[in-house]
Amino acid sequence: MPAITRLTLPVCLLTAVCLAAGPAPEKPNPGEELERAEYVSGHYGGNLTVGGRAEPKTFNPVTATDAVSREVTGRLMADLIEINRASQQTEPALARTWKTSFDGRTFTLQLRKGLRFSDGHPFDADDVVFSFAVYMDENVDSPQRDLLIIDGKPLTVTKVDPYTVRFTLPRPYAAAERLFDGLAMLPKHLLEKPYREGKFVQAWSLNAGVSEIAGLGPFRLKQYVPGQRVVLERNPYYWKVDSKNERLPYLDELTFLFVGSEDAQVMRFEAGETSMVSRLSSENYNLLARERDRTRAQLADLGPSLEYNFLVFNQNDLGAKKLDAIAQKQKWFRELKFRQAISMAIDRDSIVRLVYGTRGAALWGNVGPGNKLWINTALPHPQRALDTARELLKSGGFSWNKAGQLLDCSGALVEFSIVTSSSNTQRMKMATLLQDDLSHLGVQVHVVPLEFRALIDRVFQSFDYEAAIMGLGGGDADPNPEMNVWTTTGTSHLWHLHEAEPATAWEREIDQLMQQQMITLDYAKRKQLYDRVQQLIAEQLPFIFLATPDVLAAAAPRVGNFRPALLDPCTLWNAEELYIRTPVESAGAR
Amino acid sequence: MRSKTAILIVVLAGLHLALLFAGFVAPRDPAAQDRALPYAPPTRLHFRDASGWHLHPFIYRWTVGPDGYLDDTSQTFRVHVLTRGPAYKLLGMIETDWHLFGVDEPGRIALFGTDGFGRDEFSRLLYGGQISVAAGLVATLIALLAGALFGVIAGYYGRLTDESFMGATELFLCLPWLYFLLGVRAFLPLHVSPARTFLLLTCVIGLIGWARPARLVRGIVLSARSRNYVLAARGFGGSDLYLMRRHIFPEVLGVLLTQAALLVPRYIAAEVTLSFFGLGVNEPLASWGNMLSTLQQYSVLVSYAWLLAPAAALVITSVIYSLLADTLHSRLKFHST
Repeated sequence: MPAITRLTLPVCLLTAVCLAAGPAPEKPNPGEELERAEYVSGHYGGNLTVGGRAEPKTFNPVTATDAVSREVTGRLMADLIEINRASQQTEPALARTWKTSFDGRTFTLQLRKGLRFSDGHPFDADDVVFSFAVYMDENVDSPQRDLLIIDGKPLTVTKVDPYTVRFTLPRPYAAAERLFDGLAMLPKHLLEKPYREGKFVQAWSLNAGVSEIAGLGPFRLKQYVPGQRVVLERNPYYWKVDSKNERLPYLDELTFLFVGSEDAQVMRFEAGETSMVSRLSSENYNLLARERDRTRAQLADLGPSLEYNFLVFNQNDLGAKKLDAIAQKQKWFRELKFRQAISMAIDRDSIVRLVYGTRGAALWGNVGPGNKLWINTALPHPQRALDTARELLKSGGFSWNKAGQLLDCSGALVEFSIVTSSSNTQRMKMATLLQDDLSHLGVQVHVVPLEFRALIDRVFQSFDYEAAIMGLGGGDADPNPEMNVWTTTGTSHLWHLHEAEPATAWEREIDQLMQQQMITLDYAKRKQLYDRVQQLIAEQLPFIFLATPDVLAAAAPRVGNFRPALLDPCTLWNAEELYIRTPVESAGAR
Repeated sequence: MRSKTAILIVVLAGLHLALLFAGFVAPRDPAAQDRALPYAPPTRLHFRDASGWHLHPFIYRWTVGPDGYLDDTSQTFRVHVLTRGPAYKLLGMIETDWHLFGVDEPGRIALFGTDGFGRDEFSRLLYGGQISVAAGLVATLIALLAGALFGVIAGYYGRLTDESFMGATELFLCLPWLYFLLGVRAFLPLHVSPARTFLLLTCVIGLIGWARPARLVRGIVLSARSRNYVLAARGFGGSDLYLMRRHIFPEVLGVLLTQAALLVPRYIAAEVTLSFFGLGVNEPLASWGNMLSTLQQYSVLVSYAWLLAPAAALVITSVIYSLLADTLHSRLKFHST
């Protein structure tokens, strides 16, 4: 065989490997103030593929509202301060350190020196000032803008020097440093022009060229194939190094496959086409657990999530809505004893067992056992008691006819419908269980599955529903993101939206407590205030809390440093630390 | 040929009787949840234990072990024929608690296992069959009545009547019926009782389906009306109504029977499809469609094979009806030649 023929194959293979691999990481240089992750070790190389339920809608982190876009852009971008998903505490990111003034209103952040965007352009305070100008611009309409407007006034950002930025808040704001998580720093050199031309919202759309997008995250965009996948490659200038002073990330590439439903994700995972799945249902988790001997998958049950599922009765003002039938039933819904009786009749343990296959926890309040920092452990957990429920109804003026059906004080049959999302099988199951539970009280419940958007429209806009099973929470463990649920002006104050002022004394008290905890800087005092909020909610039952699922995730045996967390993004929060194990390492890890 | 038809009719009659007397045949209340037994596998009937063989079948209770359900062999429960159980209304009228078979408490017999709420799949299959098959039969009746009426009128009178009716059939044939039904169901108010939902669905399914039988009937009427005996009867002064009733409609009857056998399984499938997508009959009522809807979850589909029982029932019913349609068609051809 001639030498040229013998050499062709190895040369082709080598070329292919070189083309497939991501750019080599830059050697750390002394001018860079890099973050050193002491506990992290691994090795370079490999492509990790994860399944996504949908395509991202945009690569623009400022306008992204859907979870998939945020998951992808979160790997491309970085924040000044970030919440460590494992410890749930804030830690330095692009800001090396920060100082809070004595009055809690001023934050001075020292930026890391020598950092570069993924296109090699240096990062400094001008990028920070530009980013916050964009986030606070009304025309851009970023979902993060609300977080930066406190008491109707925006926070102000001042450049002190090229690596120092000062933030001044209109008033003290508890845990203000947590605000910075999720606010990606933008490259001024790339985005200033579209911003000045009023075209920022269109910038970094899915049609944008790869060279137009740069960030400070562990990866940069390599390829987007509509309907199929997004491929990210290593950012060679990333600002974190591992315990051996080697620049992260370890992975050459991170690929998001657009797979569809959770079931489809599990099938792809089982087939070995993807290497990680998160937010699994208990059924799928158990399925993977049964096949663990074959697949050797790494499975993680992280315990109860921060999400809370609840039953809510429509107590909205229906004055001009012409919904007389619902308005009639609101007399029951506004009666505390009725809500208490319904809560007492619900078998929460069955929900945990039959809906979550015991991988979940029953709930009696808005803060579940997964949120160890803020849960009010003194709240009672009354078990199902039908006799107590009947007593409550009797004392509330309800009675029963000969057929055992519940009647209100005017003799009308007590029946109502529960709407829930038809695509959420777990909530559909909850509705069926509630239907059976409440039938023991003589209450006739109709379960109405609705397409998700139709459900949202009824609950938030038309108010054309009687009761709904929904879920909230799951973002941050801190009470501040819950402001929009529990304060009367909140956009998710679901049981009574658009209240001009608190309709009840307890709602007024919750308003005051929530405002007070927001400006209290001491954790113990805040906890005391939030405990009282939880107590009022548990007593007054604007929501009847049902259960929360465990956070369940799985990864292939070849994925190293797989450390899923309760907070989103539960499996990819440490994407820079993930690496592909060698077959020998995989076998050793079993 | 005759014996094949007879066998098919007997099998069909048996199936429909079992569904009609579902309360009697089913050992459990279809909505009764046994939350300690979700996804329990089908109960095995035993004839032999440590003491030897028995003439009467018996079962064991389930215990839940780390690997799932196990038989608790410490106690046996004899399967009684004609026994008392949960109360129900036979044919929706007569209150009784007699069942074809059952076991003493605390035993549980679930021939086809249980669903995710611990409800007896066999009992739900029978009660669900009542809804699904009744939907098919009622919708077929509506479609054939409307089809026969419009088909006979169009074929008999011809000209403008024919053109307008046949134009309407083309419109209905073009209609994507599934999407149409999805749209109709979405417009219904939230608070529709299951009975009204059922009636509305069957009416809509039936009214959409009149077009095909109407075209077939019209074709036969077109040829029948110019036959000599019809012309002779007309010559003797027979009225339109008389001619249609006495000479034309009998010609159409065979086609209608064949169409009925074809349409029933199709309309059962239509109800199953709608309930499968949550747009038909809702919980806690059972229908084959909403029973199958849990199989949309991959983990359920691959883990609990017994939940496919409604699909098997649907296939068996459809095959029997198709065979009957085939036999009827052959017999009609034989008669006409």
